Amino acid sequence: MIPAAFDYYRPQDLDGVISLLQEHGDDARVIAGGHSLIPLMKLRMAEVPHLIDLQSITELFGIEVGSKIRIGAMATQSDIINDISLASAAPILKEASLQIADPQVRYMGTVGGNVANGDPGNDMPGLMQCLDASFLLRGPDGEREVKARDFYQGAYMTEREDDEVLVAVTFDAPKGGYAYEKQKRKIGDYATAAAAVIISKDGSVCKGASIAMTNLSDTPIFCTDASNSLVGTSVTADDIKKAVNEMIEAIDPAEDNRGPVEFKKHAASVVLTRAIKSAWERA
Amino acid sequence: MPGKMEIKLKVNGEDHKFSAEPRELLVHALRERLNLTGSHVGCETGHCGVCTVTMNGKSVKSCTVFVAQADGADVTTIEGMGTPDNMHVLQQAFREHHGLQCGYCTPGMITRAAKLLEENPTPTEEEVRFGMAGNLCRCTGYQNIVKSIMAAASEMNSAKEAAQ
Amino acid sequence: MNDMTPDRNERKANLKGLGSSRKRVEDARFTQGKGNYVDDIKLAGMLHGDFVRSPYAHARVKSINTDAAMALDGVIAVLTAKDLEPLGLHWMPTLAGDKQMVLADGKVLFQGQEVAYVVAKDRYIAADGAELVEVEYEELPVLVDPFESLQSDVVLREDLDPKADGAHGPRKHHNHIFTWEVGEKEATEQVIDASDVVAEEMVYYHRTHPCPLETCGCVASMDKVNGKLTLYGTFQAPHAIRTVVSLISGLEEHNIRVISPDIGGGFGNKVGAYPGYVCSVVASIVTGVPVKWVEDRMENLMTTAFARDYWMKGKISATKEGKITGLWCHTTADHGGFDACADPTKFPAGFMNICTGSYDIPTAYLSVDGVYTNKAPGGVAYRCSFRVTEAAYFIERMIEILAIELNMDAAELRRINFIKKDQFPYTSALGWEYDSGDYHTAWDKALKAVGYTDLRNEQAQRVEDFKAGKTRKLLGIGLTHFTEIVGAGPVKNCDILGLGMFDSCEIRIHPTGSAIARLGTISQGQGHATTFAQILASEIGLPADSITIEEGDTDTAPYGLGTYGSRSTPVAGAATAMAGRKIRAKAQMIAAYMLEVHDDDVEFDVDRFVVKGAPENFKTMKEIAFAAYNQAIPGLEPGLEAVSYYDPPNMTYPFGAYICVMEIDVDTGEHEIRKFYALDDCGTRINPMIIEGQVHGGLTEALAIAMGQELAYDSMGNVKTGTLMDFFIPTAWETPNYTTDHTTTPSPHHPIGAKGVGESPNVGGVPAFSNAVHDAFRAFGLRQTHMPHDHWRIWKTANNLGLHG
Repeated sequence: MIPAAFDYYRPQDLDGVISLLQEHGDDARVIAGGHSLIPLMKLRMAEVPHLIDLQSITELFGIEVGSKIRIGAMATQSDIINDISLASAAPILKEASLQIADPQVRYMGTVGGNVANGDPGNDMPGLMQCLDASFLLRGPDGEREVKARDFYQGAYMTEREDDEVLVAVTFDAPKGGYAYEKQKRKIGDYATAAAAVIISKDGSVCKGASIAMTNLSDTPIFCTDASNSLVGTSVTADDIKKAVNEMIEAIDPAEDNRGPVEFKKHAASVVLTRAIKSAWERA
Repeated sequence: MPGKMEIKLKVNGEDHKFSAEPRELLVHALRERLNLTGSHVGCETGHCGVCTVTMNGKSVKSCTVFVAQADGADVTTIEGMGTPDNMHVLQQAFREHHGLQCGYCTPGMITRAAKLLEENPTPTEEEVRFGMAGNLCRCTGYQNIVKSIMAAASEMNSAKEAAQ
Repeated sequence: MNDMTPDRNERKANLKGLGSSRKRVEDARFTQGKGNYVDDIKLAGMLHGDFVRSPYAHARVKSINTDAAMALDGVIAVLTAKDLEPLGLHWMPTLAGDKQMVLADGKVLFQGQEVAYVVAKDRYIAADGAELVEVEYEELPVLVDPFESLQSDVVLREDLDPKADGAHGPRKHHNHIFTWEVGEKEATEQVIDASDVVAEEMVYYHRTHPCPLETCGCVASMDKVNGKLTLYGTFQAPHAIRTVVSLISGLEEHNIRVISPDIGGGFGNKVGAYPGYVCSVVASIVTGVPVKWVEDRMENLMTTAFARDYWMKGKISATKEGKITGLWCHTTADHGGFDACADPTKFPAGFMNICTGSYDIPTAYLSVDGVYTNKAPGGVAYRCSFRVTEAAYFIERMIEILAIELNMDAAELRRINFIKKDQFPYTSALGWEYDSGDYHTAWDKALKAVGYTDLRNEQAQRVEDFKAGKTRKLLGIGLTHFTEIVGAGPVKNCDILGLGMFDSCEIRIHPTGSAIARLGTISQGQGHATTFAQILASEIGLPADSITIEEGDTDTAPYGLGTYGSRSTPVAGAATAMAGRKIRAKAQMIAAYMLEVHDDDVEFDVDRFVVKGAPENFKTMKEIAFAAYNQAIPGLEPGLEAVSYYDPPNMTYPFGAYICVMEIDVDTGEHEIRKFYALDDCGTRINPMIIEGQVHGGLTEALAIAMGQELAYDSMGNVKTGTLMDFFIPTAWETPNYTTDHTTTPSPHHPIGAKGVGESPNVGGVPAFSNAVHDAFRAFGLRQTHMPHDHWRIWKTANNLGLHG
């Protein structure tokens, strides 16, 4: 219940953050909304001798919507839900955010926090892979972009170096139909299985499809084969079944309190089927 | 290593200054330093919501905020809502509609409900249940809590209309 | 003369007595954040305690090194079993006649067990100190399966002589605790063998936990100057705690003051004594300053009084027309590492023998074997009325399984077996005398209210549609007619550690016509301050708004056994009525004196005494109150007060009919509650608003238990569901709206005919939800599947039945 003691910093700009990260190495961590990190610290499962608060770094805030969308790392789920132009340009984000946690956590939980720490239970990573988003990282050597689809190596292991900060996520405004389907035990739970789908139509034929699955492996899974299998089809029940079978090959769920592996695979099939149907209808 | 830092907090309209370790939880600062014991602690994983306050205009679980993060913040707790002679509409509605039993979740519920009605002054029952899903209750089964909030919304809206 | 003149009705309404949905007096402080819970208490110089706990379920404690902890600035002391041993407090007696370790004495028996107690200047330092205590463990083999435990060579309780009797008789094995039997074994087995139809099944009620939102805690404050200990705590039975603390500490009871302040939910989790209380008391006595201990949520879930964990093997026999001929039950009861079950002394399996339920069963037999395992101690908690939840689940499942055997409608099977109204008082085959009931009326009302026949038709169509591939959702109709037993209880057979389970009420009327009454019970949200005033208002004719009810301070409240098992209304409510009648009896004499007539020439009329035949001559209770302080009445002492200690002649038997209509998605295992109808008969209804609230709350606990909540262990004894991430507490979103209804069949032996209702919704709710799940799959061949019915288990059931194509 009581976290271990730490030193606290609230730098006014990113350079301040980066130099602290350089100074303290893996004894330092940044904190955004804190709603992933603080529970771990309270259980003393995460030890953070140096805590760097990002709340004063103005350049990390804000949502810009054009043909390219840029969401600052400190934008909260609540900001996403309430941003009218974002809801119009990329409605999948609002749909997914509403299924994350509960109202209080959504006020504090940030996009950066949700994508950067590599927790396989978080929803944004898979969603960003579905959107083919890029993550902007800034470190002592400057800024670089890493594709969401290349970012995740394992549970809590990402491409980000210890002295880098996630600044923003960017992606092209998606075209077509969308759906975020998430089965969970109750509001506030991580996914038993979740699917993010974006699908575009040309006449009655699928022109492009993007499928990513959440909490079914130690990282989010962008399903290249499943996505490709839908292109050129009319997304019939059989086409969907094929895509689902490809997806099942790509995931590797673990047993936990939500259920055994075979159940999770089944739940994954159901959420993906529903997501594809829903997205296709909206396309 | 554990040094203390100077924390400035505005709570229920009053300015406070105190020295605390950065790791001190906001809920403990409110309860122990400011004697505002209306916000409670019910879990350590951020699930139960009995610690809910309003911070910088947001519904926040004060058990999942370090005072260091809250330095400079503007906080409203249950003690800042209404007075004994002039209770908040929600406080009256909870009593009228039996929206509480043991009272432990009640400050968090009312604080959150107040914010919910700011977000959405005319919620449907479904929207109330969704909007209150960050606050657990073991005694009431929620039905009368929802009734209380709907009644308060109705009354607040009538009052607004009457004023116009 | 017209009994109910408008004037009289108005006077009655003004009293807000029995039957009024009076608004609660508690709400003023709770809605304003001005409650006073244990963790709100701050005393000068107060220290904080925190535990070092075992990560292992079964291990020897080889060494405990407290040097680093003691060196931390702000740590005052670190207690281990060695420190408590000279005081004889390293072990303490349990409520079940066993003993349990306060701090690990050579070994630990469950994950989370207390090993050392760190006392420090504040809770942050105490937590840091606990991290610095170094404990060396040697792991031992773990037993988490009670059946395996009864066969295993592994000895859990090395402190017990396996050859000696336990508290409840001989022990069969070193991991065996007790065998309890009731009923006619041979007669029942013969009847079952000879019957046309027999259904046999293992019904498991899984381990779960009451999880009140406020965890357990206390503040112990020893005043060394006056030699008096004050102990604040989350105590559902403050007087019993005082007596126990006296017995184990050597302090006399008059030097111990126990105070239960506001309690944030009890549900049976806060009945017994925990190591945290004992260690805090010791620490305070030693240091001379107050010591506070408040556990966190994981500690609460992992180590405090759990609920259920009953493996109930049942056999039920019937004629081919469906008349039940016999019931046989053998229960294996998993009690964890110590038998700390909060049962009345003579009932190691509580009132499990109510398992004949609402049915007229001529012959029955029950045996229960208690077993030790490497899990937390406890068993009786969570609105269970002492194992009544288990008993009701058992019989309501057996009836459904019998209906399958008989190929009968389960509602009809129940109806033809109900105890009939004219059979009451009814003595069951397992020894309880049910006070009153009218099950047929309740059942017919319930079935009509939900449109039962239409529902069955809809269900039949749904089965066809499912088989034809038109839908993937099944419809279940979960039926339950429960009879439960509350109001423990008659002193001759109900005691807690030798303290008879009476209860009490003491009333004092003030000169200007208001009053204060104190009870031996303690509300944890049930609204006693509101409802007991209502009882009194009706008895003594003063407005409920003029009556203060106090509970929980053992210095001022008369002795009582506390609040749990729905006993407050049946026992303390009766004491309240009886004390009220004593007040009224004296008031009658005062009135007669004032009116200058004979005692027998006045009669009570709502809020006054009137002269018989001359009602214009009266004295109000308010006037009488003043007279008690003002008049010198020959033969009467001044003042107006009374006390009653009530020994109930019997338990009370609330009952109800619950029906749950549930949709199940066979592909995801998700459910949706379309309707839940709950009819409760709790006898006289004191405050309908509060009754409804109790039912909503209990049904929501039942929903959780049936549909996903569990205290699960892995094979190494690790708790898998120790936080609210995995321990399922539904939010407002997962909880449906409930339709409540009632019938009223008063208890003939209770002074106001009230039976109590708090536990009923959990007792009846779990079978209703569970039966709905089972009923949905009945057409596809399902007989029994264990709770909780969470997504993956429902999916697995569907999968096993071949419903996934």
